[in-house]
Amino acid sequence: MDEGKKLHVHDKVFLSLPLLISIIKLSTTAILFYDSLAFHNKHFCTLAKRQMLSMSTNNLSYSDQGGTDSAVEVGQETTPTSSNAGAGFGLFSVDFKKNEDLKEMLESNKESLKLEAMKRVVGLIAKGKNASELFPAVVKNVASKNIELKKLVYVYLVRYAEEQQDLALLSISTFQRALKDPNQLIRASALRVLSSIRVPIIVPIMMLAIKEAASDMSPYVRKTSAHAIQKLYSLDQDQKELLIEVIEKLLKDKSTLVAGSVVMAFEEVCPDRIDLIHKNYRKLCNLLVDVEEWGQVVIISMLTRYARTQFTNPWKEEGVFDERNERAFYESDEEKTRDETEAKPYMMDPDHRLLLRNTKPLLQSRNTAVVMSVAQLYWHLAPKNEVSIITKSLVRLLRSHREVQYIVLQNIATMSIQRKGMFEPYMKSFYVRSTDATHIKSLKLEILTSLANEANISTILREFQTYVKSQDKQFAAGTIQAIGRCATNISEVTDTCLNGLVLLLSNRDETVVAESVVVIRKLLQIQPTQHSDIIKHMAQLFDNITVPMARASILWLMGEYCERVPKIAPDVLRKMAKSFTSEEDIVKLQTVNLAAKLYLTNSKQTKLLTQYILNLGKYDQNYDIRDRTRFIRQLIVPNDKNGALSKYAHRILLAPKPAPVLESAYKDRDRYQLGTLSHTINTKASGYLELSDWPAVAPDQSVRNVEVIEPVKEWAPSLGKTGKSKPAKSSDDKFYSDSGEEEEEKGSGSSSSEDGSSSSSEESGSDAESHVQKNSSQSSEESDKSSSQSEKSSSESDSEKKERKTKTPLQKKTVKPTAKDSDSDENGNIAKEANSSSAEESYSDSDSDSESDSDTHTDSDSGTEHKKETKSKAKPKVEVKSTKEVSLLDLGDFTPAPVTQHKSSVLSPSLLGDLEGLSLSNVSSIIQVSGPAFVPEKSHDLLHRMTGKGLSAQYQFPRQPCLYQPTMVSVQISLTNTTDHPLEQIHIGDRSPTGLNMHCFNTIECLEPEASVTVFMGIDFNDSTQAANFQLCCRRKLPLSGLLSLLYPSSSSSPF
Amino acid sequence: MQFPAKMIHSLFLVNSSGDIFLEKHWKSVVSRSVCDYFFEAQERASEPENVPPVIPTPHHYLISVLRHRIYFVAVIQSEVPPLFVIEFLHRVVDTFQDYFGVCTEAAIKDNVVVVYELLEEMLDNGFPLATESNILKELIKPPTILRTVVNTITGSTNVGEQLPTGQLSVVPWRRTGVKYTNNEAYFDVVEEIDAIIDKSGSTITAEIQGVIDACVKLTGMPDLTLSFMNPRLLDDVSFHPCVRFKRWEAERILSFIPPDGNFRLLSYHVSCQNLVAIPVYVKHNITFREGSSQGRFELTLGPKQTMGKGLEAVLISSQLPRGVLNTNLNPSQGTYNFDPVTKLLSWDVGKINPQKLPSLKGSMSLQAGASKPDENPTINIQFKIQQSALSGLKVNRLDMYGEKYKPFKGIKYMTKAGKFQVRT
Repeated sequence: MDEGKKLHVHDKVFLSLPLLISIIKLSTTAILFYDSLAFHNKHFCTLAKRQMLSMSTNNLSYSDQGGTDSAVEVGQETTPTSSNAGAGFGLFSVDFKKNEDLKEMLESNKESLKLEAMKRVVGLIAKGKNASELFPAVVKNVASKNIELKKLVYVYLVRYAEEQQDLALLSISTFQRALKDPNQLIRASALRVLSSIRVPIIVPIMMLAIKEAASDMSPYVRKTSAHAIQKLYSLDQDQKELLIEVIEKLLKDKSTLVAGSVVMAFEEVCPDRIDLIHKNYRKLCNLLVDVEEWGQVVIISMLTRYARTQFTNPWKEEGVFDERNERAFYESDEEKTRDETEAKPYMMDPDHRLLLRNTKPLLQSRNTAVVMSVAQLYWHLAPKNEVSIITKSLVRLLRSHREVQYIVLQNIATMSIQRKGMFEPYMKSFYVRSTDATHIKSLKLEILTSLANEANISTILREFQTYVKSQDKQFAAGTIQAIGRCATNISEVTDTCLNGLVLLLSNRDETVVAESVVVIRKLLQIQPTQHSDIIKHMAQLFDNITVPMARASILWLMGEYCERVPKIAPDVLRKMAKSFTSEEDIVKLQTVNLAAKLYLTNSKQTKLLTQYILNLGKYDQNYDIRDRTRFIRQLIVPNDKNGALSKYAHRILLAPKPAPVLESAYKDRDRYQLGTLSHTINTKASGYLELSDWPAVAPDQSVRNVEVIEPVKEWAPSLGKTGKSKPAKSSDDKFYSDSGEEEEEKGSGSSSSEDGSSSSSEESGSDAESHVQKNSSQSSEESDKSSSQSEKSSSESDSEKKERKTKTPLQKKTVKPTAKDSDSDENGNIAKEANSSSAEESYSDSDSDSESDSDTHTDSDSGTEHKKETKSKAKPKVEVKSTKEVSLLDLGDFTPAPVTQHKSSVLSPSLLGDLEGLSLSNVSSIIQVSGPAFVPEKSHDLLHRMTGKGLSAQYQFPRQPCLYQPTMVSVQISLTNTTDHPLEQIHIGDRSPTGLNMHCFNTIECLEPEASVTVFMGIDFNDSTQAANFQLCCRRKLPLSGLLSLLYPSSSSSPF
Repeated sequence: MQFPAKMIHSLFLVNSSGDIFLEKHWKSVVSRSVCDYFFEAQERASEPENVPPVIPTPHHYLISVLRHRIYFVAVIQSEVPPLFVIEFLHRVVDTFQDYFGVCTEAAIKDNVVVVYELLEEMLDNGFPLATESNILKELIKPPTILRTVVNTITGSTNVGEQLPTGQLSVVPWRRTGVKYTNNEAYFDVVEEIDAIIDKSGSTITAEIQGVIDACVKLTGMPDLTLSFMNPRLLDDVSFHPCVRFKRWEAERILSFIPPDGNFRLLSYHVSCQNLVAIPVYVKHNITFREGSSQGRFELTLGPKQTMGKGLEAVLISSQLPRGVLNTNLNPSQGTYNFDPVTKLLSWDVGKINPQKLPSLKGSMSLQAGASKPDENPTINIQFKIQQSALSGLKVNRLDMYGEKYKPFKGIKYMTKAGKFQVRT
């Protein structure tokens, strides 16, 4: 009636009243007509609409838009967009018209208008309508102050960013800014949205944001970063390694808020990296009760898998004790364990026990998913005698919603097949109510059948009697099958069941009768001897049964046991011959069978009948029947050609056949882990992780030991945030003195510094300045710089260095005594001295030098050689730093490019040294306590110059945290060319074990004769004592195989 | 190789006529056409309840729940515990109900923005984020008429500006800074009795499901303890996360810092092993005679073992056999109704007066020529008994620690029929 009103409004001015009325009448009747038809026939509907359309245009042809407007709308409607044409009528026109004004509203200055517009846009999205054309207008509002507006824009952005990647990039900088917001809610939601934008180009930005958020102060933000890991992983799987590092870090988090999310990320990204769990296992077990419920589910299922790989089988030798132990159920847990340990050699790992003990209270959770996951954990992990504590809780879940019931019943069905005892006391909870849904009914039936035993069978059968009479005939048929199964399983009641089923043969409902026949057939096959009267009874019923399967079953029975009913069988065949052509295929096949069998046993009476049936079959439309007929004829009717075969016909057709086994459909479901989707659908769902078998021998238990109490502050310092506190640390002091002095030599080690540490580099810049300010008088220039540090360029950093240089002598003295743990600094100091004394000192001299200097010396040497390289690398870095705020996209490929050798020797920017030192100082508080005052510098031969054909390599562990990854051990390698020609392209080749995670140094383009260079590597020994092997290659003589067979030094207790 | 992302991918809301009226995607968009598999299953099912909760499709898995005649269909791409999804969907429905009072298609359509905001907060990348109603209400304020009016005038929003304090605290279910002028705590002990009574009136199975629902409006951070006279009765319990489990294990006392507002403190189970007193009896005589087109129908209800409390709000319903064309019955009290299409008979009895037992007598007209039904109909009974918990559970006392004021406390008991069936 919309239509009518609209016309009215538009035409009021132009039309005279009577005309108006007539028009309204016309169009309303048209609409009424249309409405009444809408329910009946779509085709008519469109007809009606067309009619109406023409009517309205005809009538209004002289009038203004009113008519045309409505015409457009109606015409629009005829395109079959929505099935409910009536309702869509008004809707569509609204969308059609208003998208334009939505754009206007979004671009207006009024917050309320924008909000209103966004609400409508969200409404469109919710309805699944396309609103993507509004993207430019919407994305402008991403920085709005109004929180609700902002949130709605986020909703929109996440929905459409994938489709409008370029435009979506416009919003990125807003999120980057928000990531630094002091309000944790804003930081978190920025990360959430940023990581939800599925635009591959921003992967590096996401990576950076995740890394930073993973060390955020707020656990809520850290939780968000754990969620973001999964999103990034699904966007770009190449980030896996880096993401695993973040996961590893977050796994150590002690906040209950984070635990669930990070385990979820673990499950998604690297479920096979079980080694990451070891150290956190006990913590996770202990935190479990306090984790939020959804996290509990994920953690429990992960721990189930973990436990199956780490602990030995608690079920061994238990079969014997099973029944006896069942009684022990009511005793307390502790008692049971003691029992067990006394009785058997099996000793449960305390960690295994810890898991069982800590999950038990969760059976009381109100969340059904948690209860189910604990139940499956006990089912898969607990000693058999303890499993039964889950029964009660599972039965409680049956009171929950229908869908919950369905899943729980499925799992109980699987359990009850293996262990009847568990659920038998609760048998009555599985009684079927007439109001249950069909699938619930059949599941309950399934369970009742599994639970049936000699003691309770009479009760169950009485219950079944009620079900057979149910109005739901499908369910009644299911019950008959269940009775059949009970009859085969429990021999005491076979006869009773059979008699009961025979009674059902006279039931009025066809499906019931048919099902009974089929089940009786199966039962008779099991013990055919005494039941000829039943067969006779069924033959009598034959005429009344029309269900093909049932008819076929009776025919088969006749044939199979034709010797027991010699008189009836030929008569049945006679009837079948009469009705053969009108039977179903399955019945025809059995008729042919029956004929053949009778021909063999009683050919006198049935020869003609058989031939008649075979003839009918020969010309049947179904080729199966034709084939069968042909085969049977050749088999039974003797002729010249097939004499050999027909001798065996009797044995072929009337061989004793094995009785069918009636078993549960849930019999083989236990190959899937309980509670999983795969278990529910009984096929392997994608992403299903197999539950491994118990290991024969328990793996090392000590891997779960957490020896050192981790420093409490471990999480507090975030790479980007602790900058302000740094100047106070002594390590900084010495750092500056070093960098100031050694700028010419040092820094090569960090030439390939941490990829993502641009923020820290930034910080280091500011630190450097603030420090200088503190220590020197020339502060005015500096303060300017620190205020505008983001615009700082590399040239500035150079000038900075000069400034520092001026004050270094002063600092050096104060620092020297405290320079203890940070070896690079140490090296630097000494190197500086060496350098100042004689820069020309020959590199090959290293042996002859005083032993304290021996290795650092090579270090210092390398500096001069290497400075150009360092320089060329440092520069891009500084640039990145300066442009960071503007566009982080440039960070995309941040891995330092291969260095090109510049001959021009400039002052080496010590910035990289700065970086290294500063990122060290982030954790320096820890290092200082744990490290000895002076780490003895000991370098080892990696590659002797003889074996290396001129290239010699030495390594040492500087015992400082590795820059590249916290799990890595940093190794300092000095390479010296002892030949008389330059060596080119020195780089790391193959390595083993293949999974070895190591951070190689950059290829050294050229090493001049007599020159040496020091490089830093990071090697992740994975906390193992395995040697890391790798090849050292250079262009001319390749490969030089170097074996770095050093064990991970246990004394270097890395704080990470 | 593309690894399928876990957890909930998308959500579709489908009404009873098979239209998708809302969709929400947490990852990349899944086409609506995936629901075709669901519609197929829906068509195959005879009753709306018979649609299987888990439907595998070639690339996705559909897990659905049916509440308030709306299907909530979640799209899953890979292995995930199905109960996880089902539980979450029910939590979504509960939240909608909490926010809008009812969870109907109309309510959802009217509040589509709030619905979207809620869904956005409840799941992040398909993984549940905030499902606690207290937290959600701080993030997104439920729409009230007053607020709607104010918002349209002032342009203020429904979205909270602060991170809910609960999100970070050790008691995530309670917000800080709660203030009331009247401090009150109400507890409702509600028991439902599920039973199957057979033809002869003997109990086949009976069990009691109880819950304690609380409405706590207390200032500050109160720490409550609730003790029972007979805690041993509670066979199997599940708690709100606020209840300290250790304390219950050791002393059988409920000790908790309550959430603010309404919540379910506890649900428990008294199983069929314990003898349950059935508070109502039914005398019935329903007969169909072979060959006749008439059937007799007689029903009399009476109270039994109710400890002097009256039966109220009694409602009888029964699905009569298909052969019944119509009924001609005469209730001694209340009203009865028979729907000839669905064959559903319902009789609203009201209160039972022990002196004058209600009865429903009369005849049924049967389809001529049809054979007599095999089974007599099952009778479903609903009733309420005020002021009594059937299991005999009694709260002993409620104490409050941690706050100075004296709260007003109240306890109410009620018994209801759950799935109470009489086979005839």
